Amino acid sequence: MTRNEILAGINEIFIDTMDDKDIVLKETTQAADIEEWDSIIHILLVVAIEKRFDIHFASNEIQNWKDISEIIDSISSKI
Amino acid sequence: MKDFLQLKKNIKKDFSGFKTIKLAVLGDTATQFLTQAIKGLGYDYAMNLDIWEADFNQIERQVYDPSSELYDFKPEYVIVFQSSHKLLGKYNKLKPEEYALLATKEISSIETICNTITNNLDAKIIYFNYTEIDDAVFGNHANKTASSFLYQLRKLNFNLMELASKNPNLYLCDISSIQNQVGKSNMFQPALYINTEMVLGIDILPKVASKTIDLISTLNGKFKKCVILDLDNTTWGGIIGDDGLENIQIGSLGIGKAFSEFQYWIKKLKNRGIIVAVCSKNTESVAKEPFEKHPDMVLRLEDISVFIANWENKADNIRQIQNILNIGFDSMVFLDDNPFERNIVRENIPEICVPEMPEDPANYLEFLYGLNLFETVSFSNEDAERTKLYQIEAERAKIAQKFTNEDDFLKNLEMVSTVEPFNKFNTPRIAQLSQRSNQFNLRTVRYSEADIERISNSGDYATFSFTLEDKFGDNGLICAIILHKENEKTLFVDTWFMSCRVLKRGMENFVLNTIVDFAKENGFTTIKGEYIPTAKNPMMKDHYHNLGFTKDHSYFTLEVDKYQFKTNYIKVKQ
Repeated sequence: MTRNEILAGINEIFIDTMDDKDIVLKETTQAADIEEWDSIIHILLVVAIEKRFDIHFASNEIQNWKDISEIIDSISSKI
Repeated sequence: MKDFLQLKKNIKKDFSGFKTIKLAVLGDTATQFLTQAIKGLGYDYAMNLDIWEADFNQIERQVYDPSSELYDFKPEYVIVFQSSHKLLGKYNKLKPEEYALLATKEISSIETICNTITNNLDAKIIYFNYTEIDDAVFGNHANKTASSFLYQLRKLNFNLMELASKNPNLYLCDISSIQNQVGKSNMFQPALYINTEMVLGIDILPKVASKTIDLISTLNGKFKKCVILDLDNTTWGGIIGDDGLENIQIGSLGIGKAFSEFQYWIKKLKNRGIIVAVCSKNTESVAKEPFEKHPDMVLRLEDISVFIANWENKADNIRQIQNILNIGFDSMVFLDDNPFERNIVRENIPEICVPEMPEDPANYLEFLYGLNLFETVSFSNEDAERTKLYQIEAERAKIAQKFTNEDDFLKNLEMVSTVEPFNKFNTPRIAQLSQRSNQFNLRTVRYSEADIERISNSGDYATFSFTLEDKFGDNGLICAIILHKENEKTLFVDTWFMSCRVLKRGMENFVLNTIVDFAKENGFTTIKGEYIPTAKNPMMKDHYHNLGFTKDHSYFTLEVDKYQFKTNYIKVKQ
């Protein structure tokens, strides 16, 4: 799976979780760029990403992501 | 069942027009998601839950501080969720010689929490019981060792049941049974817990929310009262009309065991007070044959309140059942193996609950267990007698057809009523009727047992309960009146509800005579009534008007000295 395909997958998850059709993610997007992206939503995103890609993140992983590109790094290292 | 995200989306929908219910949530772990799931699911139950959530781990502070936000909020329901993980944490910190005292200590602290809430609030407490954690320190031997964590946890769950059975304000939400159903790995996600202090996995939240709302909704008077059964391939295997009495599958024949166990379940529901009716496409005599003659049948004709077997449309037949029982469609469940019949009924009577039965009858019971259709918040001896009462009602209906004059019929019934104030013997039944009555209920204010006790002990109220007995049988306690002494002259009818079993017997005249008698003896001059409309009680709209009250703004009033005692054929039982 290419980085762009993973990005597109994550984008769909964001749209669904935050119920906001207008979200367009880039590799550089950070939590501060999206208003709804708080620590609670973050948990839902993680659970949804795990389900979609059929992977599991370690607990220390999910707290250290700085932007979308690091999430993609984590995912691509597992699939 | 909707998933968590769908419930979360519900929160943005329009809740206006729904009944608002104030709910407080106190937890020793993070409860934000649980709260959102409950709020969201409320939409699907047409409930606007106004939820106040305490900050994380604030149970004691909120409960023991009389000026806390909890008491300021004045909720009608308080959820207390102390998790097994925190319980394990407490256990871990004990000295080994104290391990065996954990349950005893905890139950006494829980009792104090409940009592303190009850003393400060007019609210019902919903306490989540403990999901099992086996810390595997003793292995199987934990079951033989009082100081093991598993032993103490199970003991505490048992102690909770004992506490709840004697505390009418305390209700348990059995999340332990959810874990038994789905397994611990589906209930609890370790990473989620470590990162966020949440002990409930995202995917299990809808189930926990529904278990919670089932309780709240039942306490608000919405619950199932009747199950309607199809016969062929639902109650027994095979088709009675084609296969004949010897070949239907029940007992040990073929898949018969599945149907026998299903019938035992229906029988237990009947014994609990659920009305059982039959609606089958069959010739009546053929359909009744197994009930009368088959040695392996668990259900017998005396278990069935209404038996309808013909070749008409099932939706029409169910309407007829509803007509005889006089209960709402939304309190009925229809079980049928045939998807076609299910759809016809669903389309014609959208309020009725029609579970999508699994294809394989072997799965019927587990599927039905999972739906938790028959939530209840009370159980009394009257429940067990209900089938007989409805059968007697059917008898009375036959007799009534013989009399052309209603007065003659009523005279012929030889009715007597016991009238007495609320007391500790009738309190459970009154509380139950308060939750059950929808149609003949003037204000639909629901009272729990604790409320009833408080009212009957207060000098500000006068209370009356009425039974009704006739030559066919005893209906038991069927009406309750709460009069609030507003001032020296005025009695306000705070509560007037009556079981629909006794409509058209002149009971309302008898009750009003009793109220006026009381008013005269105690120097009151005016009786004031109020009608609060609900979806279920439109037939009460002209109740006070028909009894001779005068409309006075939003109330109705009756001048005691001008009152003419109303004719009726009920005598006071001495």
